[in-house]
Amino acid sequence: MQQRWGLPIVAWPSRLRPTVWDLIALPLVLGAIALLAWGGREMSVPYHGEELPISLDPAVLPEYALRTVLRMFMALVASLVFSLAYAALAAKSRQAEKVLIPTLDVLQSVPILGFLSITVTGFIALFPGSLLGVECAAIFAIFTSQAWNMTFSVFQSFRTLPGDLDEAARMYHLTAWGRFWRLEVPHAMPNLIWNMMMSVSGGWFFVVASEAITVAGHSIQLPGVGSYIAVAIEKQDLTAIYYAVLVMFIVIVLYDQLLFRPLLAWSRKFKVEELGAEEPARPWFLVMMQRARIFDLIELVTDRLFGALSRALARRPKLRLLPPPSGRPLPRWVERLWDGVLVAAALAALVWLVIFVRTTIEWSEVGEVVLLGLATATRVLVLIAIASLIWVPIGVWIGLRPAIADRAQAIVQFLAAFPANLFFPIAVVLILRFHLDVEIWVSPLMILGTQWYILFNVISGAAALPGDLRYAADNLGVTSWLWWRRVILPGIFPAYITGAVTAAGGSWNASIVSEVVKWGDTTLTATGIGAYIAHWTEIGDSQRIALGITVLCLYVIIFNRLFWRRLYDIAAERLRLD
Amino acid sequence: MADDVLMEAVAVCKSFKTPDRAGRLVLDRIDFRLKDGEIVAVLGKSGSGKSTFLRILAGLVEPSSGHIHYRGHAVHGPAHGVAMVFQTFALFPWLTVLGNVELGLEALGVPRPERRERALAAIDLIGLDGFESAYPKELSGGMRQRVGFARALVVNPDILLLDEPFSALDVLTAETLRGDLIDLWLGRRIPTKGILFVSHNIEEAVEIADRIAIFGSDPGIIRSEIAVPLARPREWGSAGFRQIVDQVYAQLTTVPGREAGKRGAKPESIGIAYRLPQAPVQQLTGLVEALSEAPYHGRADLPHLADSVGLDTDDLLPLLEALQILGFAQVGGGDIEMTAAGRAYAEADIQCRKVIFGEHLVRHIPLAAHIRRVLDERPGHRAPKARFLRELEDHLDEEEADELLETIINWGRHAELFAYDYDSEVLSLENP
Repeated sequence: MQQRWGLPIVAWPSRLRPTVWDLIALPLVLGAIALLAWGGREMSVPYHGEELPISLDPAVLPEYALRTVLRMFMALVASLVFSLAYAALAAKSRQAEKVLIPTLDVLQSVPILGFLSITVTGFIALFPGSLLGVECAAIFAIFTSQAWNMTFSVFQSFRTLPGDLDEAARMYHLTAWGRFWRLEVPHAMPNLIWNMMMSVSGGWFFVVASEAITVAGHSIQLPGVGSYIAVAIEKQDLTAIYYAVLVMFIVIVLYDQLLFRPLLAWSRKFKVEELGAEEPARPWFLVMMQRARIFDLIELVTDRLFGALSRALARRPKLRLLPPPSGRPLPRWVERLWDGVLVAAALAALVWLVIFVRTTIEWSEVGEVVLLGLATATRVLVLIAIASLIWVPIGVWIGLRPAIADRAQAIVQFLAAFPANLFFPIAVVLILRFHLDVEIWVSPLMILGTQWYILFNVISGAAALPGDLRYAADNLGVTSWLWWRRVILPGIFPAYITGAVTAAGGSWNASIVSEVVKWGDTTLTATGIGAYIAHWTEIGDSQRIALGITVLCLYVIIFNRLFWRRLYDIAAERLRLD
Repeated sequence: MADDVLMEAVAVCKSFKTPDRAGRLVLDRIDFRLKDGEIVAVLGKSGSGKSTFLRILAGLVEPSSGHIHYRGHAVHGPAHGVAMVFQTFALFPWLTVLGNVELGLEALGVPRPERRERALAAIDLIGLDGFESAYPKELSGGMRQRVGFARALVVNPDILLLDEPFSALDVLTAETLRGDLIDLWLGRRIPTKGILFVSHNIEEAVEIADRIAIFGSDPGIIRSEIAVPLARPREWGSAGFRQIVDQVYAQLTTVPGREAGKRGAKPESIGIAYRLPQAPVQQLTGLVEALSEAPYHGRADLPHLADSVGLDTDDLLPLLEALQILGFAQVGGGDIEMTAAGRAYAEADIQCRKVIFGEHLVRHIPLAAHIRRVLDERPGHRAPKARFLRELEDHLDEEEADELLETIINWGRHAELFAYDYDSEVLSLENP
């Protein structure tokens, strides 16, 4: 570069000289910092249980949207920290793993809005006289929708470190600290980011649902898009609903463009595989981040800080964590003892739960709740079946056409991210107008937001089918039903199962908000365990909430273990293409 | 200890746990010395524990008993001054070439400017300049392994441990890189005092090494050591070179229970859990055919044969062992000669070959005979795979037992000795 003004540039590395991209980047960075400061202040305003005014004026919607987005990102940061710490702990110690991983498995099946009903009072007590308590409860609910599967993905990655990289790290004397940041975290990155982005997509649903909640007859509405919708429902204002849908649309487009796509493209750098022949085009936002020098400056500063921190850690012999000693297991009796302690603790917790629930509830009611669970289970299965019948053929059709598939995937990802609960009021209006059967017509709401996972995975499955196989099938004259049975269905089965599992899990979660829907004073209730939990949450009966959530969890776990896991194993074992 | 010994292994044993906790010995009392100024190659068939031995020297794996000394100090964990180059390169894909090379220095706490300077010097030395900012996935295999070498050399190692560093590369690339390494070594442009490398390529070992240690398997021992007193540069075609290659072949192709070079002795019977070589039937048949035809007519010099069928030592050794065990050929003194059965097999048609193959399986391989007997005796003529796995796991670890069973199932299926259903994992006498 020419020095036009002849100014001496002292110790200013050439890679830090500003480029055109900095014109966009600089305001963005400063804006983001200012936004965080503003959001932090707004979140901690005094609050004493009074009702917060929520306006239906469209002019306040941008502000509400910002608040909602901030909540989302705080939850995301919390999930990120949690997943790395939890997975590291579980991966490094066998004793910890025995507790942490099953716990995670159960947590994963607890309905997300169930966490909200249980924790909100605790959080409010934690920050008396401040809105922060309620904010934390909402953020925690979003956190629970993201953290578990992110943690699983990190744990999985930590456990499947490539052996040669592990040996290289040891051979070149990386400390535990260096190893964590240089080997373990980067290796976990691609899966973590993929899971994170999928979680955020799912999280929009819960961010909307968790802002306006009624606990123990006491309704709390945090300023945000979710509360805006809740108020619009209360006041039967359909126009306001349309505004909210529009704003959410814009938010998700921005999220898709500024976060989802750039992060996914960036995470490809951490993949161990060879560079593919065709690398997908980089999203414009990523290009900006990579070209604008301000990010190089930030990187340089963090890099130096990291280096200083690493050196400081290395100097203190006590803190200098060494890599795990290779294969020196604890004595057997210690392990047995530990197992015994775990079993005892689990039994004690079970007894306590039974006693707690039984203080006010008869066994007959427990039986009823189990039956309610069965009703919801039937709904979930029937809906998955119907959605599969619709989306599998469409997904295959799209997936086999590469020209459409890429664009379709972007749209489907977008649809999956869009919070389906925004459309619930519209559905209620339709049910009321045409006098439809509530038990049946409320059900599709459960799968409204999650059906896209089926479509999405079927498209990728069909697109990934090797061309050779298809040509061979054509060549042999395999057509129509035979083609479906012998070629395409087995070909997409693993991908389809992944999609169906995700969709089913999401539908269970959605049951709490979709089995009870409101429009003004009208409340439509379908029979099911979701409605049961929602009902008792509103009244604030903790025994019945606990019972409902426990039964729901059991259903989810049993379905996962006995049904999906089996299909998954079949898919992984027999129908893999590689 | 003599002053010129860099690294020493004393009575090193390594056993891996089996389910009954008895342990299976993979390395049996190995004594070994790497001396100052010497390049030693380690050769052996796959599964002989040579890679494990290298990792024990590297401090990556603790020996079950015995000691490793590096310059007189006991080794527990990777020692400073010992660097390793990996078969699979083991480069961090998220770090650039420069980042990968700097990594070892960073971990040693070398200050940033010095780190940069040394890394650039190492990159320059190994001929990678211009690629400092490239990511490993942008590079070809040969370039990647150069990064692997630069990363090892930048820490100025006393000892270089190379784990089949050239085997993932194509022939030409491997040759170039090998040549460059020898030039650096002979020109004393690297401070390294000794190199130990594991190889599966006999010619490669003879070209580079001053001494070749040959591993025998089950359990792994150093069966013999061959000095290579040839002047450098070494020509692959020269008479001296060929002679040593022959010698190495002779050492490598001895089957258990037989002395090297004694042709015609009947192979001693092998146990039920003998780890059969993983030889695909198609390759076995191909080799038998090649051997029976011109110019060999049933008898060949091994290096010659390997060359003409285009097989690496690693691929050829299991085939040779399988042919010997099955009684189709005799190997000794670097030569192979077909038996009468082998000739009959070569001349038969597909169906007859299956019959001959089956007969030999039952006669020479106790495991095949055992499986057949169990299936014959059972009322439904069916037995789950797990039944045999459990049996084998008394002697082998899980993975080895699985490998062995997979090999025997492949062979048995080919011979139509028994059938196997993948879905139910059941062995049977039914013919589908």
